[in-house]
Order: sequence, then C-alpha cells, then structure tokens
Amino acid sequence: MTGGGGWVGAPVPRKEDEALLTGRARFIDDMEPVPGIRHAALLRSPHAHADIVSIDISNAVSHPGVHGVVTGVDISAATAPIPSAVRVPIDYYPMAVDKVRYAGEPVALVAAEDRYAAEDALEAIEVEYRPLPPVIDPKAAMEDDAPLLHEAVGSNVVHRRSFRYGDPETAFAEADRVVRLDWTFPRYSSTPMETCGVIARFEPAPDRYTIWSNFQGPFILHALMSGALGVPGNRLRLITSPQSGGSFGIKQGMYPYMVLLAAASRLLDMPLKWIEDRLEHLTGSSAASNREDAVEAAFRDDGTLTGIRFLNVVDVGAYIRAPEPASVYRMHAASNGAYRVGNIDVDNRLVTTNRLPIGLNRGYGGPQFFFALERVMDAGARALGIDIAEIRRRNFIPRDAFPYRAPAGALYDAGDYEAGLDKALDLAGYDALRAERGRAKEEGRLFGIGMATAVEPSGSNMAYVTLAQTPEERARAGGRSGGLGTCTISIDPSGAVTVKTVSTPAGQGHATVAAQIAADALGLAPDDIDVVTEIDTLTSAWSLASGNYANRFSSVVVDAIGDAARGVADKVRAVAAEDLEVAPEDVELTGGAARVVGVPEKSLPFRRVAAKTHWHPAGLPDGMAPGIFETAILSPPGLGPPDERDRVGSAVTFGFICDLAAVEIDPGTGRVEVKKYVSVHDVGKILNPLIVEGQIIGGFAHGIGGALMEEMVYDEDGNPLSGTFADYLCITAPEMPTLDIGHVDTPSPHTALGSKGMGDGCSMLAPTAIANAVADALGREDVEPPFTLNRVWDLVAQGGEAG
Amino acid sequence: MLRIAPGARHRVTVTVNGRPHSGFAESRTLLSDFLRHELKLFGTHVGCEHGVCGACTVEIDGRAVRSCLRLAVQVDGAEIGTVEGLAKDGALSPLQEAFRRRHALQCGFCTPGILISATQFLEANPDPTEAEVRDMLSGHICRCTGYEGMVRAILDVAGGAS
Repeated sequence: MTGGGGWVGAPVPRKEDEALLTGRARFIDDMEPVPGIRHAALLRSPHAHADIVSIDISNAVSHPGVHGVVTGVDISAATAPIPSAVRVPIDYYPMAVDKVRYAGEPVALVAAEDRYAAEDALEAIEVEYRPLPPVIDPKAAMEDDAPLLHEAVGSNVVHRRSFRYGDPETAFAEADRVVRLDWTFPRYSSTPMETCGVIARFEPAPDRYTIWSNFQGPFILHALMSGALGVPGNRLRLITSPQSGGSFGIKQGMYPYMVLLAAASRLLDMPLKWIEDRLEHLTGSSAASNREDAVEAAFRDDGTLTGIRFLNVVDVGAYIRAPEPASVYRMHAASNGAYRVGNIDVDNRLVTTNRLPIGLNRGYGGPQFFFALERVMDAGARALGIDIAEIRRRNFIPRDAFPYRAPAGALYDAGDYEAGLDKALDLAGYDALRAERGRAKEEGRLFGIGMATAVEPSGSNMAYVTLAQTPEERARAGGRSGGLGTCTISIDPSGAVTVKTVSTPAGQGHATVAAQIAADALGLAPDDIDVVTEIDTLTSAWSLASGNYANRFSSVVVDAIGDAARGVADKVRAVAAEDLEVAPEDVELTGGAARVVGVPEKSLPFRRVAAKTHWHPAGLPDGMAPGIFETAILSPPGLGPPDERDRVGSAVTFGFICDLAAVEIDPGTGRVEVKKYVSVHDVGKILNPLIVEGQIIGGFAHGIGGALMEEMVYDEDGNPLSGTFADYLCITAPEMPTLDIGHVDTPSPHTALGSKGMGDGCSMLAPTAIANAVADALGREDVEPPFTLNRVWDLVAQGGEAG
Repeated sequence: MLRIAPGARHRVTVTVNGRPHSGFAESRTLLSDFLRHELKLFGTHVGCEHGVCGACTVEIDGRAVRSCLRLAVQVDGAEIGTVEGLAKDGALSPLQEAFRRRHALQCGFCTPGILISATQFLEANPDPTEAEVRDMLSGHICRCTGYEGMVRAILDVAGGAS
C-alpha cells in the first residue's frame, strides 16, 4: 500500500519552469563539455541535382583560423552508408560524395576557431558542379523518362507495396456510391525555435565517439549511427542536452549530422561543434512529407462506409532516410480511422525527388492520412446528402466494441467516439452554426463547416516499419517487435530520490509528471523528487524505443516510472516494516514517512529508512539486497510482430479527437477567417491538466499553421524558396483562432495509470477540418492547404467546381 | 569615427543587468553572439539570426531590441537588460510567476525574448487589451504553446492578478 497523495491528475505547475524563466536552463549551444572544441560550418549544394566534378579546398585550408576541411570523399572513406528498412541500392552518406541530390545537401565541412571564421572559409572552397535536370514533382518523378536520382535503383520509385484487408473489391462493386477524391497534401515542418546542435568527440585507444546533442530519438537510430561509424554500440556514447528547445519530431532527422560531425572529429582529430542555423534548418534538416494521389470510399445510400481505398504517393525527398518509410506505415494498422469499415485497400509508392529528405514531424504520417480519410468522409456526406456529423455517427466503432481489433491489426484500447462527437457538436453550437450557414448562403456569403476525427496512435511498436517488407523478407530478417520503456529510480545515501526517465523531452513537462507519479508511489511531494530526463547511452538504462516521439511519454514511459516507483516503495516498506515490527503490508508511505496503517504516530521518516539501505546493510531484512537503484524495463502490451497477412498491433493506446471548424471566406481578399474551432479529445486519464491543455493548444497551433500558412516551397528548378522566417510563415499570436477544448476521456486498459498518449492532437486534423470547411463554403472539393490569400482568392475567382 | 580592421578585435564594455561586463568583439560580431559566447550569458537565445523570431530580444538603454540585429561594437557603453536580470533577489518577477502559473512556456527557448518584450510592453502600457497583447507578441514566434498561456499571463499581470 502506498500513500496515493493525489498528485497524479493535479494541475501541478512545472518543475522545469524556474530555470527556463530565469535564463539558467542549459541548451546544446550553451554547452562546452570538453576543452578544445572547434566550430564547424557546412558548405551546402546550391544545386538541386548535379554531379560534383571537383572540389578544391586549398584556399579554405589556409584561411586564417581554419583547423581543417572535410569533404564527402573523406566521409565516405571513414563511414559506412546508413541503411533504411527499404532494401534498395542507395549508398546514403551524410555528405554528398560524387553527386548532390537536393539544394542544401552538405558538400564540405570547415572546422575553425569560431563559426565566423568557418563560414568565411566556406566561401574559399571551390566546387565545380555539372548540373543535371532536377525533378521536384513526385508524379513527374514516377514517369519513365524522369531524371533519376539514384541510377542503381533504376527508378525514382524506391518502394511499392499493396495491402488488402477484408474484401475491398466486392465492397466497391456493390457500393451504392463510390466517392473519389484526388488530393495533395503540402510539405511543411514544425520548425522548433532551437535548431539542431551537435558536439562530437573522437577518442582513440580504443576508438570511440561521444556525441552531445539535442537529438530526440528514437534511439533505434543509435544502432544505425554506430554501424555507420564502425564501432560497437558501447563506443558510441550519445548524451542529450539538459534542455531541448522544441522538436516536434524534426530533431530525429539530425542523426546523419551526428554521424557527419563524429566522422569529421575523427578525421581532423579535434572535438567539433556544429549548431544548425535557421537557413540550414529550413532547407537542410528534415520535413514532413508531401503526399498525394487519391482516396476512394464505397458507401451505401444510408452513409455506411463499406470500403476504403488509399492510393498514396509519398515524396521522400532525395534519400529514403531511416526511419522512413515509417511515415506511411505509422497509421497503416489504423487505416479504418475511427470507423467500423472492414474492407481496406492500400497502395503505397515512395518516390525520390530533388528535395530535402523527409522525417518525423508532429503527427508523423497522421496529417496526410487523415486528410485523405476525413476529406472523403465530408465529401461523401455531401454527395449522399447526409449531415457531416451524422455520417460519422453511423460509422463509428461503437462504445461497447472496445477493445477493438482494427482490420489492419491495431488494437484500439478504449473509446466513446459518439460521446466525443456529441460533445463537439454541443461545444460548437452546431445547430446555430448550420443556421448561420443557411443565412450566409441566402446572403451570398461564403460560410462553411467542416469536421475531422482521428484516432491517435501512441507508443509505437518498433516493428510497424517492417510492413515495408514482405512477410517473406521479414521472416528472413528475423523477428522484431515491441517498444520498451525504461526508468531508473535511485535513492542515494542521503535518502534523496532521483528519477531518470531517459525520455528526452523538448518542453512536454516530463520531469513534472514523473515527479507526480513517483510522489504518489512514495508518499512524498513532487518537490522532494529530482528528475533527470536526458539520456546518456553509456550510463542510462535505455533501449531501442527510448526517446520522445509518437506520444510515447504518457502511453509507455509513465508506466515504467510507476513500475520503478513501486519497486522502490516495496523495498522502503519492507525495511520500515522490520524496524516498526509489523508486516510490510501494514506499512504505508505518506507525508514523507513510512507509517503503520491505522497507527499514524508509529512511523519513520522516509529518508531515514531509504538511507539505511546504504548505511546499514547488515540491519536490513534477511535476503534483501542493499541500496536502492530500481530499474524498470517495461514491455507494453500488444506490440507483437506483424503477421503473415500484414496486420500489426502498431501502438499501445489510441486516443480520439473530434474537430469541428467553421470558416467564412472574404471573397475580396481570399482570407479564411476561422469563426469557430472546437476540438474534443480522449486522452484517457489526465495526468496533469495544465500540461494536457498546453499540448492540445500547441498541436492546434501547428495544425492551423499548416492549414493556413505554412509550406516548404520549391521552384521548378528545386530551389528552396522558404529559407527564412520571413518566407516560411509561422503562425503568430494575433493569427491564432480561439480554440474550444472538450474532453470525453476513457481510461486505457493498456496502461497502469489509464493514461493514453497525446500531443499530436489537432496537428493531425486542423488542415483537414479547415479544408472541409473551405470546401463546404466554396461548394467544391478540389481544395488544398495551405489556404493562403492567393490560393483561396484564386479558388473564389474561379467560382464553382473545377473539373 | 572608430575604425576596426577586418579580423581585429575591439574591447566592448557594457553594463548587463546592472553589472559591468567587458569582452572583445570583431566589428561584425553580433550582440547576441557577444552576450552568449564572449560574456557567457547564455540566457539570451538565438532562433533565426535574421530578426524575425524575437528569441534574442534584450533591453538596450530602456528599449527592447533584437540582439541578432545589433553589432556588439554598436552598444559599447550601453545598459543592457537580459532575462538573467528579471528575477530580483532570487524571487521571480510577477510576470515570470504568471508565466509559470499559466503554463505560458513549454520548451522555454523563445521565453527569454518574450519576457523582455512583455516586461517593456507592460511598463509602457500597464493596462492593455488582449488585442494589444497579441499585437505585441506578433514580434515573437513560439512553436510550442499557441501563445494562449502567455496572453493570459500578461493579462494577469496587467490586471494585478497574482
């Protein structure tokens, strides 16, 4: 029995904040972990596609302050190519070797006494390029005569797999109505305010690397990095910075730069620091994928969705970079979304183009997937003359069907989707909105309502990406499954408690929530507990799935914290029980003490009991190991390997989101004014309502930015046109619409605390809900975000349905 | 007129948060880099280096300024205020307290600049409307919070809430 102090679920202000508010928190560019660091700058390709004929570094090497120059030929000699789950003959190195494939690709590195000198010397490097025709559009890249990025592959289509579940052919043949939408989802990125940063040091005898960075994981990539560097895992030590200034997935994509800096440190025999600048971030880091093609939905006249077919063309950019093709497989096991539909067809084609390689970004694969599914639901409703809320109600998985095994293998843990919908309609004043739409139509105003719903997969199965391989290929490669969570809680000889979450947060308040959980288990207050969230792969207990992505913290890591805390509590109670001369089950931890249940005056201070495990091992109960250093390694339920029919339990928990948007379009300017935006969430048990609300609003900000403003634009020659924050428009405070948040939370049976993963949230739905509302307002389905003034004004000027 | 040759370093002396500081800067050294890497005041953050994001905002002689758009040699002799100077005697300022209470920060990387701007703003406009607060914040980019918490926090302080 433990105290259960009620900290979990309370709006505890964050432990992290005071250091951040006073300028004392430390980020990667604040760190000088070893003496003698030199500063690196990267020369990047100005061409989207070109052969490298020659590189002359002689003038750069002799530039004042320069300590060395490294080119791609040097890097390719010092490292092995970095593989992905797609087995194609592409040798991917973190620096171009003989050919550049996107504007912004690294071509050379200069190390100098400071960044200014390093950048000066970049200008002294002479590179002769032989330009090649670029291909930017993924559909064009699929043509037979398209310029090839990787000649050895023989095609720009680097991956194609088709999947079927149920009997989609019959469903479509027997449908009353088939609704098809051709769609395009743009490329954007969540652009954290802190860019990527790496400090790398090589040491010989034995050869080993240490890399300090703001890398966010997943640490499955550690294996790729150590493989590329040619050292066993324990000789690649990754240490994350105490704080990370936002990531949203993008700081996964820095691992090639970690390899690059580590290899350069070896070649130049000096520790190197590289801090990505904003231009580099916007053109050379990573981005969410643009995806396009078509979706087809088979309906009965009553709105029942009987079949769905996804035709996906994914632009992976210049290289398919691990963990890609995960972005197209993250949602795959949940291809039915929130609906009962059992007949599903999926065709995935991944295409290389002369753009920046893609990677994780908030919602990872969700915004693109739900754009297809949820746009065709609204379009289907309009085609069938059924209300957009009603068509969803008729197709939702019912509340008594959970846990629900989805056709492609996801196990939905808990939900009440209809209650979530009702809550959203209620919060939105749906009837009044519809009345307003009717009035607007009479008055000739452009007013529309759109919806979107999502399931939110959280706590990823490391094996879902192997859906990219056939069952035969998977069998040959050996088994893979799971998504382990780890946590260590230690009590030192002073009796002080430290929780190590190895969860590498970038602002999500992990330290606070970890302290709440441990406080409840140990009968302490969160202020009594220190939390270390960074990872050190040489000294932390970690595993492949460690890191901060896929809403992993509240779906997996919290239970590892709980397990470790229970282990500590059991031990403390056992020690106290002997001293108090009662049975361990008669001891409770509460108010900073171990107390005899029902006899509160009979107690011992927690710290004293805990410290005894260090100071007096001979006085411990018989057979008890001394000290307290409790590591929990949690294997979440349901994360088995993909089966022979390509079904996989892809995630631990599945939250639910229901968004409703109403917009009015100014025909004179093309401005889309968001008149109402409601979002209802099922996050399971809420662990800290302050943090949950903050995550929901933050996810909405990313989603609404993607809906209205953000796009990584390339011209037809492959030149990136959005290389500054004056060109890549992030949403600012006056542009943020009001968000009305509701909750219908159903506790997850897959987690001990009942919490579900959350955080992606509206980032997955706002582009779609807004697109649906714009489509409703304009009376046409061919609408694509971002809904910028130009784009919407053009649509209004064209009037009516095009094509 | 002072002339500094390319590559030459010039001593720059400033007062930061009421204390004298001195270091060397080239003619081209940005104030943001000078504060961080020469004076080792890492509280000021750099988000874009082209004057859009506002993360590097500091106070120079009573005005909020983006330190990535100033050269260190331009501020020789100036009074500079940074995030490190906002808490007095170990106690958070009312605005810092409100940011904490309202969960106005997540990663906290943009926060130093926003605190400087908001502190300045409230001195000039102690009773702003929400629209005025949002307009002031339009000079800053935050990617985590959606701005809601900081709007509430600033209005709390303006309204005298604690």
